Amino acid sequence: MLSGRTSRWLGAAVGLVYLFLHLPLLILVAFSFNASRFSVDWTGFTLEWYRRLLERPDILHGLRNSLIVGGAATVIATVCGTLFALALGRHRFRGRRTLESLLYVPLVTPEIVVGISLLAFFAALGVALGLATIVIAHVAFSISFVAVVVRARLMGMDRSLEEAALTLGADEVTTFWRVTLPQLLPGVVAGGLLAFTLSFDDYVITSFVAGSGSSTLPVVIYGMVRRTVEPSINAISTIVLVVTTILIYAADRLSRGGAAR
Amino acid sequence: MTALAAAVEFDRVSKTFDGHRAVDALSLVIHPGEFFSLLGPSGCGKTTTLRLLAGLEQPDPDGGRILIDGQVVTERRPYERNLSMVFQNYALFPHLSVERNVAFGLEQRSMPREAMGPRIRQALDLVRLDPDTFGRRMPSQLSGGQRQRVALARALVLEPALLLFDEPLGAIDLKLRKEMQLELKALNRRLGITFVYVTHDQEEALTMSDRIAVMDHARIAQLGTPAEIYENPRTAFVAGFIGESNLLEGTVERRDGDGWLVRMDGETIRVPHHPALAAGGAVRLAVRPEWLDLFRPGEVPPGENALPGTVRDIVYLGETIHVLVDRPNGRLIRVALRNEGQLIKPLAWRRGEAARVGWLPEDAQVLEDA
Amino acid sequence: MAGGRPLLRRLARWADRPATLLAPAGGWLVVFFLVPLLIMAAYSVMPRGTYGGVETGFTLEHYRRFFDPLYLDILRRTVVLSAVCTALCLVLGYPVAYLIARSGRWKNLLLVLVIVPFWTSFLVRTFAMIFLLRDTGLVNAVLLRLGLISEPLILLYTPFAVVTGLVYTFLPFMILPIYASLERMDGSLLEAGALLGAGPVARFRRITLPLSMPGVVAGCLLVFIPALGSFIPSDLLGGAKQMLIGNLVQNQFTAARNWPFGSAASLVVMAAVLVGVVAYLRSRDRAPGGGV
Repeated sequence: MLSGRTSRWLGAAVGLVYLFLHLPLLILVAFSFNASRFSVDWTGFTLEWYRRLLERPDILHGLRNSLIVGGAATVIATVCGTLFALALGRHRFRGRRTLESLLYVPLVTPEIVVGISLLAFFAALGVALGLATIVIAHVAFSISFVAVVVRARLMGMDRSLEEAALTLGADEVTTFWRVTLPQLLPGVVAGGLLAFTLSFDDYVITSFVAGSGSSTLPVVIYGMVRRTVEPSINAISTIVLVVTTILIYAADRLSRGGAAR
Repeated sequence: MTALAAAVEFDRVSKTFDGHRAVDALSLVIHPGEFFSLLGPSGCGKTTTLRLLAGLEQPDPDGGRILIDGQVVTERRPYERNLSMVFQNYALFPHLSVERNVAFGLEQRSMPREAMGPRIRQALDLVRLDPDTFGRRMPSQLSGGQRQRVALARALVLEPALLLFDEPLGAIDLKLRKEMQLELKALNRRLGITFVYVTHDQEEALTMSDRIAVMDHARIAQLGTPAEIYENPRTAFVAGFIGESNLLEGTVERRDGDGWLVRMDGETIRVPHHPALAAGGAVRLAVRPEWLDLFRPGEVPPGENALPGTVRDIVYLGETIHVLVDRPNGRLIRVALRNEGQLIKPLAWRRGEAARVGWLPEDAQVLEDA
Repeated sequence: MAGGRPLLRRLARWADRPATLLAPAGGWLVVFFLVPLLIMAAYSVMPRGTYGGVETGFTLEHYRRFFDPLYLDILRRTVVLSAVCTALCLVLGYPVAYLIARSGRWKNLLLVLVIVPFWTSFLVRTFAMIFLLRDTGLVNAVLLRLGLISEPLILLYTPFAVVTGLVYTFLPFMILPIYASLERMDGSLLEAGALLGAGPVARFRRITLPLSMPGVVAGCLLVFIPALGSFIPSDLLGGAKQMLIGNLVQNQFTAARNWPFGSAASLVVMAAVLVGVVAYLRSRDRAPGGGV
């Protein structure tokens, strides 16, 4: 409905916005392979900065912590969030709509508020900070994401599929395993991938509830970024980017592919 | 139980949702092998009745009993009732192929795999889907009509004693729907399975059913064969819901032989005997448009009832032509005349002409809810 | 049928009840989300302990401190920078959302290209900005090389850097809801508008824009609220000079060791967030196009 000229201008403007969104990251990635340490000149291709990452115990340790925390938080948040979504999606009970709105509160609460309130909480109880406290915190902010994603999947799901299974002779247990879960699985996996990404990326909350020795990868990177700009940061950032992009792309495909059918 | 046991019996069954009565003390008997339809507008309770029978809903506490084949099943889960159901939106499992959908119920019955293959082929043949063409397809690769056939095969393959249908043809286009109606009717005859069929489409119910229960406001308004329901509607609701009807009000004058004389629009007309009538009382009649005829004033044959009126409009419907006639009280009467070809033999009526609407006394039905 | 089957069925029916299903997540969120918020609220009205932490007692001193010009300044800067960031996101994001909604077969690709940065690490994206904006960064290097400037511009640690970082971070939050509301719009409405004599400008102003308002409102809140509570961009791109309320909170819990004041500050942030959310829900319920 737009005239050719208007739409060309619009296209050009939007192109610039896309450049703004993506160019900085592409440059960051490109310079992770630049041989020069200080200059922004391109002096040749190298994998030196990636190799050096392997020599840094703090980064390797942070990566290990991130994987442990991410794994544990993902499993717990996915199970709890899925059950929560099932309650909201399959049952009618008093206060359901209120609960559904409350589900969004953790999503909009600033991370800094979550972080310091948990710090205050652990301090008040005298709990020592460590990997466990990080897992607790990450589950607390991931549950809602999982529940929202699974809930969306449930909404697209036809209740009569389960009823059909019941009338075909399947009992409740079989119906859940053979009908409900296969239908729900893309949503559950997508929710889990999001939970892992959130956990793997989180700096703000983790920085408050991590004890000494339990720094995750983002906490280590943050420390490096604050000190200096060095190509190793480009290298580790590139790795983080690639990992999260793959996870998010997979989650997006899963949660949308199912709905299209 | 003897062979005479009812296939299904509802014994004062009630179901309430959030304070709203969906089914109100419903009692009902369905015979073995019968094609039985529950017919009514949306919200009348027909679907809830079917779901109660399937076990997908539970009656209220003290909400009566449901029997299948003489056994009380009220407390039983759906998978303990030996029935199958075809759902409105087909409810095919989207993650399973056509074959696997049809096999689902057999697998639940722990049938050995070798025995399953022939049964599945047979069921698909029965609904006229070629197993070799369609067996491997996923539901998303099928048209609406094909999905409907798979859903039917999935239910039939279990050879249940009782097959339930929840408006299964609602989403299919008209031509295919008519075809499926005849096929379902034929399947019911051939297999001897009791069919319980929910629909809001009166024509569909009339086409297929042995008996119909017309439901309104959580109760059965009338139960009978298609002819009984259509030709002898007992209430204004049934008369209006099944086909079209003219409702005519009058005052009973007196008994006359085996009928009654009624005063209506300044004329005296005859109506058949009905126990609810008494001299001086009000009466309401239902007359189908196609049982009415139009006459010039003074040309009404003896023995026909006739009311005066003026032609307001003429509506061309193809098979019939409807003439809308204004009564003196301002209400309309709809008269359906057979279309004998307007190009060859045009209708003799024009707008604004005075007319007499006539019918034979036995063609009017006295309604109970006067 | 196996002997354990009826028991398993009973168990399944027991588990498939709202109370059982809600318990794990509900319990977790009450204990590790709600209770901590309440503890934080309690801290905010308690006297400050000597070595961090709190002492028992009741005081409103920490809320009163906000009226100190130093903190009012931080509050004002937070609101102004968040508002500027929101406005920029709207100006940049609306055309993008509009184009995606009209883009036919490229729609999915364009959408993924917005969604992926939506989720990629805040930290990495902020670092990318540092890499570009610092004195010896790429922007300055290019400008110097082109001879447009003779010495590096000071870009980092300025309000400009913070706003750029915020916009860069939050732009997808603006695009996605606006896209969602435009996507839902029935294309025949525009055709109807054209047949009724509306030109392109009038069609946009009188049909498209009003119908996309729910998305605009949602997008503005989704940008403004997290910007208010943001912390990484101002810390890394603004340095100590561009402190926002998020940094103030963090500072009170680390360097300044004044937990009660930090708690009070974060409750103020939380209250602002809740006001925004309620405002959004209200506008959504009233909007003709329905929610996002």
